[in-house]
Amino acid sequence: MENMLYVNSSPHIRSEVTTQRLMLDVIIALIPAAFAGIYFFGFRAALLIAVTVISSVGFEYLIRKVLKRNNTIGDLSAAVTGFILALNLPPELPFWMAIVGSFFAIVIVKQLFGGLGYNFLNPALAARAFLIVSYGARMTTWTRPFTTAADIDSVSLATAADIDAVSFATPLGALKEGSNLPELMDMFLGNIGGSLGETSALALIIGGIYLIARSVISWHIPVIYIGTVGLLAWIMGPNGIFTGNPLFHILAGGLMLGAIFMATDYTTSPMTKKGTIIYAIGCGVLTMLFRLYTNMPEGVSYAILLMNVSVPMIDRCTKPARFGGKAHV
Amino acid sequence: MKFQDFKGGVHPPQSKNTMECATIKMDIPEKVVLPMQQHIGAPCKAVVKKGDTVKVGQVIGTSDAYVSVPVHSSVSGTVTAVTERIISGSRPVVCVEIKPDGLQEISEDVKAPVVESKESFLKAIRDSGLTGLGGAGFPAHVKLNPPKDLAIDTLIINGAECEPYITSDYRVCMENTENIIEGIDYVLQWTGIPRALIGIEDNKPEAIKKLKSAVKKTKSISVHSLKTRYPQGAEKMLIKTLTGREVPPGKLPSEVGCLVMNVASVAFVAEYLKTGMPLIKKRVTVDGSSVKTPMNLEVLIGTPVGDVFEFSGGFASEPVKIIMGGPMMGVSLYSDELPVMKYTNALLALNEKDGKIPEENVCIRCGRCVSVCPMNLLPFDIDRLVKANQYDDLDKYNVTDCIECGSCAYVCPSKRMLTQSLRLGKDILRRKEKK
Repeated sequence: MENMLYVNSSPHIRSEVTTQRLMLDVIIALIPAAFAGIYFFGFRAALLIAVTVISSVGFEYLIRKVLKRNNTIGDLSAAVTGFILALNLPPELPFWMAIVGSFFAIVIVKQLFGGLGYNFLNPALAARAFLIVSYGARMTTWTRPFTTAADIDSVSLATAADIDAVSFATPLGALKEGSNLPELMDMFLGNIGGSLGETSALALIIGGIYLIARSVISWHIPVIYIGTVGLLAWIMGPNGIFTGNPLFHILAGGLMLGAIFMATDYTTSPMTKKGTIIYAIGCGVLTMLFRLYTNMPEGVSYAILLMNVSVPMIDRCTKPARFGGKAHV
Repeated sequence: MKFQDFKGGVHPPQSKNTMECATIKMDIPEKVVLPMQQHIGAPCKAVVKKGDTVKVGQVIGTSDAYVSVPVHSSVSGTVTAVTERIISGSRPVVCVEIKPDGLQEISEDVKAPVVESKESFLKAIRDSGLTGLGGAGFPAHVKLNPPKDLAIDTLIINGAECEPYITSDYRVCMENTENIIEGIDYVLQWTGIPRALIGIEDNKPEAIKKLKSAVKKTKSISVHSLKTRYPQGAEKMLIKTLTGREVPPGKLPSEVGCLVMNVASVAFVAEYLKTGMPLIKKRVTVDGSSVKTPMNLEVLIGTPVGDVFEFSGGFASEPVKIIMGGPMMGVSLYSDELPVMKYTNALLALNEKDGKIPEENVCIRCGRCVSVCPMNLLPFDIDRLVKANQYDDLDKYNVTDCIECGSCAYVCPSKRMLTQSLRLGKDILRRKEKK
């Protein structure tokens, strides 16, 4: 035998699944929601997605270079972060604000904490929270579906009245203000105001089914999270207990996007099944507390971020039982 | 009787290409190399020297230690060398090299043993040179003689063969059915264990059928179909699946009243008690992406691995990795001159695509290693501690429970060498305890 042989520790075969393939699957799963966003909010939505994806990948490349670490844009995680960030932004957000968001997500939240696998918050969500704090008005200016970019340009957005001319309350905003609520079917399809990629429950569910079918995520987090929100919405109804409309809360706001694509982020969710269940219930409870008992209309982002930081504690409390440790038959 | 399966596990591609390949007897090689340690326990001392003539079945290495089994010559011929070699791992082992004369003259010592008590049965088993043929190589007579205070109520016969590629145990089930049943009968008779359960994965329906019809008359033996899921054939998993019992950490199966033997081991027991021919040959599956013709061979122990591949028809492409055993738990060899050993059940040669070692990426905390670990460990955490040299915290993570099945590293999307870290962690803890 002329060749040298590889000698290493077993196993000698590895599954086909790679980090890159998982990230690619997430990107594929986001495409229906992106198309829904482009359909309802126009071509500018596509540009916004392009801006956050390209800027996120660019920042990832640059910061790794500055930190003298290997180039990691090939694992596609930066592209996923950029994509999810766009879906979390108002469709008419100025591009430069979106780029600031990408910077915060990739450089501050992800790379300065060690890069992929080390961030303690979901980068896209943390960036969204940062943008809300920094540019509150623009981050809560929701456009009516099928409003063209020209409509926006024609008003200067200088005054609250101008903003009202094109803006449109989200279902949860309407609920807080006590104004008319949209039809459930419009909420299911996405014909409502909201972030670029959060409005169409249908498109998000298609993506979620794809992720579960490809074993990228398990059903536990999305189903338990959404189930908890539905249950609490029903219990904590406006006219006393058990009078709420669970479907409204399930379809409203960023719940579908958050439960399927963001709460399931590997790095910031627990490692064990038991931990995952606690985490998902926690997300659901916090979401409903924010929605009903604070002056914010929506609570998905903060619920997930708060549960993100609880993950180390959940992991510590849910270590699996030792094999053979219990009394046996 | 149905119990809940063990938790976790993986489904690697089965690649059981050789299921229908009836065992072919391989020719006598030009030389055999017989290591004096092919078992767990004390190594043997060579009792032959250069220039001696030996016959088939003659003892060439023994030890006085209890946890040890003798080594027999697999050929008749002349001893050409008694030297130290590195076989696997890093410690050199004394090896006896024999040049066969091709006559295969059988030694006068080879005669059916007289067994009339448990003691004489255990002695016969020790004299046969039998170690567990499933892969670990634990001396059989030690296993068959558990501590007196533990009542053993179940003999478990492992025919799961959950590793990809390997079909040698399947061929034993198909070609040696009677010997399996006879061997089980002997073991039950002399150990006093009341029942035997044979466990076979359900990807081998023919073997299940054949054994089921063979045990029809016997009340004490039953055959059980197991779900095909790696590592179903791992001792602790098999016990859990068949009896619902969990072997406590650091304990042997006898702790929960079980004794586990491989199908090939019990078939050998029957053969030995009838003929007295010690363990000198082994059924070996030859396969892998570099092998031209996958097949099952009956190989004399000590045959250099390269000769086995050559006999099978050689390589279709130059292999970059040669594995003794299965792809999940087998040992990669540094040379094709290393010999087939008692516990060898497969020889695999992999091409560049299958054999190259993938690049390790960062852990993305996906949790797959945790969900597949059948021993409920946290491989990603142990990997992190071992890589950061934080050995003090290791014992809190039960790393010594690891059965090294490889499921965690198999499933890792970042291709991290988790099993290697766990092995290292176990080793570090063991050394710390010794100090």
